[in-house]
Amino acid sequence: MADHELEDPGTSTPVKLSRRDVIKGVIAAGAASSASYLFRGSTASAQASAPGAVERLITLDVNGQQRRVDVMKQETLAMTLRYKLGLTGTKLGCDRAECGACTVLIDDVPRYSCSIFTHTVRDKKIVTIEGLAGANGKLHPVQQGVLDEQGFQCGFCTSGFLMAAVGFLKTNPNPTRAELAHGVSGNLCRCMDYDKILTALMRGAEYMRKA
Amino acid sequence: MAVIRDVIPAFELFQPASIEDAQSLLARYGPEGWVLAGGLDTFDWLADRIKRPTAVVDLGQIKGLSGVRVVDGGLEIGAMTTLTEVVQHPVVREKYRLLAEAAEAAASPQIRNQGTIGGNVSQDARCWYYRAGWPCYRAGGNICYADTPKGLNREHAILDADRCVAVNPSDTAPALIALDAKMVIRTPKEERVVDAEDYFIGPATDITRMTVLQPGDLLTAIRIPSTWAGAQFYFEKVRDRNVWDFALVNVASATKVSGSAIGDVRLVVNGVAAHPVRLKAVEAAVTGKPRNEATAELAGQLAVQGAQPLQHNGYKVPLMTNLVKRAIRGVAGEAA
Ligand SMILES: Cc1cc2nc3c(=O)[nH]c(=O)nc-3n(C[C@H](O)[C@H](O)[C@H](O)COP(=O)(O)OP(=O)(O)OC[C@H]3O[C@@H](n4cnc5c(N)ncnc54)[C@H](O)[C@@H]3O)c2cc1C
Ligand code: FES
Ligand code: FES
Repeated sequence: MADHELEDPGTSTPVKLSRRDVIKGVIAAGAASSASYLFRGSTASAQASAPGAVERLITLDVNGQQRRVDVMKQETLAMTLRYKLGLTGTKLGCDRAECGACTVLIDDVPRYSCSIFTHTVRDKKIVTIEGLAGANGKLHPVQQGVLDEQGFQCGFCTSGFLMAAVGFLKTNPNPTRAELAHGVSGNLCRCMDYDKILTALMRGAEYMRKA
Repeated sequence: MAVIRDVIPAFELFQPASIEDAQSLLARYGPEGWVLAGGLDTFDWLADRIKRPTAVVDLGQIKGLSGVRVVDGGLEIGAMTTLTEVVQHPVVREKYRLLAEAAEAAASPQIRNQGTIGGNVSQDARCWYYRAGWPCYRAGGNICYADTPKGLNREHAILDADRCVAVNPSDTAPALIALDAKMVIRTPKEERVVDAEDYFIGPATDITRMTVLQPGDLLTAIRIPSTWAGAQFYFEKVRDRNVWDFALVNVASATKVSGSAIGDVRLVVNGVAAHPVRLKAVEAAVTGKPRNEATAELAGQLAVQGAQPLQHNGYKVPLMTNLVKRAIRGVAGEAA
């Protein structure tokens, strides 16, 4: 896989990049330690003739944009988002469905992007933390709630909590504190002021109802 | 074992559009093939490189495998229906609340949003040693690392062990057995319907499998007859943390009362053996008896007869006793 056809998120123009360019780009983006993910190509040969065979070059609907991307069969969505699409707001805590840091919305439903094969969400709408704010930069009401209440400490778990909360609030707009706690119970915080986190998310829920 | 092991090794991925295509792929790859539903039991195996399939067959594109349908007064739940869809379905909530409670008790919200009911009943054992790739009986070897004086076996079996002491981890399994559910299996040759009770197998039957599914078989649906609709239900799961953790022991029961006596009852416990355990002797003993403390006591004592705890799981005996007693008394979780 010498060449990668990647879409430049800024210009939406597909650009042909050499392997060297991609390495430079990745290093420049501050993700050098993760660059190896890009080049571990699939060794299994394509079975184009078999029913259900999968093409590697796919288009994903991420934050309302159509993103062309070359995805390995075994690649997780967290990997694609962070290391191919540059959407590093999605965090990896455990990489095994046990912390929630990687939570994104798939067709409005919160799921762990570390435990999804990217190819299985090809036809779905993906929203990450980068897609929450409005086009004009106005924060999502739940983001605003978190900001106003200063809900988090180090912030590593914040994007996962926000995505879990936003997904939960879409179907439960007016939860009690206990219901919201249950809704975001698939997210861990190492700094652990869950009470403060809940206060912030409840504030966000209130803003969301008013919006 | 929270170790991040870089990227998952390469495999070929297939997303067939029909059961027939999925099965022809599974036939082609044989032991090198892997069925993928929600993937939440699968990811650890692949990321830890313990299982290294050549081909992964994703059932996600097959139409008709997902969703809850009302049929013949009962329900048919497609194998690919997520646990969240099961929990939220109005008929499940109204008539088969036991299943909604059990499904809601599994894992975490995000896992329930993706994990399927077919995967939940087909998931593999969670014994540390087995999951970490130790060459134990279940992995085809000739030793059990958990059943040794220093083995970590706090989570393991107290009943029906045979060389392997791993337990069945599913929360929905005991509820489905209590509801007398039927598992619809598509073998490469035919469709076969198996009682939920007989879907799960122990090490004495086959030490490397948890269910009757043979390689190449697919579970397509789970049917719930109307027999127990609206009965009095009890589900309780005891675990270390309220989220993510598997049951140390869970109990599911469906009871029909006649007057003040127990008219008919099905009682199932999981987390105590390699398969969910239906307590038929207890069911028979309490039928016709008043639903009171004495009957609960009798049930609790009878339930654990023959239990053989290991070094570190003796607590499961009184735990199971108490859960069975509560199920017979029916304190919480009554038909709402
Ligand atoms: C951190 C964590 C915590 C968890 N806690 C709990 C818990 O507390 N209680 C609980 O019950 N579960 C728990 N689980 C398990 C989770 O609920 C199940 O893994 C999930 O429901 C399995 O469904 P899936 O569709 O994701 O499985 P998959 O991984 O896709 O499949 C599971 C297995 O079944 C096979 N399979 C799946 N569907 C079919 C089919 N239709 N036909 C034939 N074979 C099939 C697959 O080949 C695989 O071997 C937990 C999982 C994780 C990761
Ligand atoms: S990184 Fe996905 S749940 Fe922890
Ligand atoms: S704020 Fe630090 S992990 Fe949650």
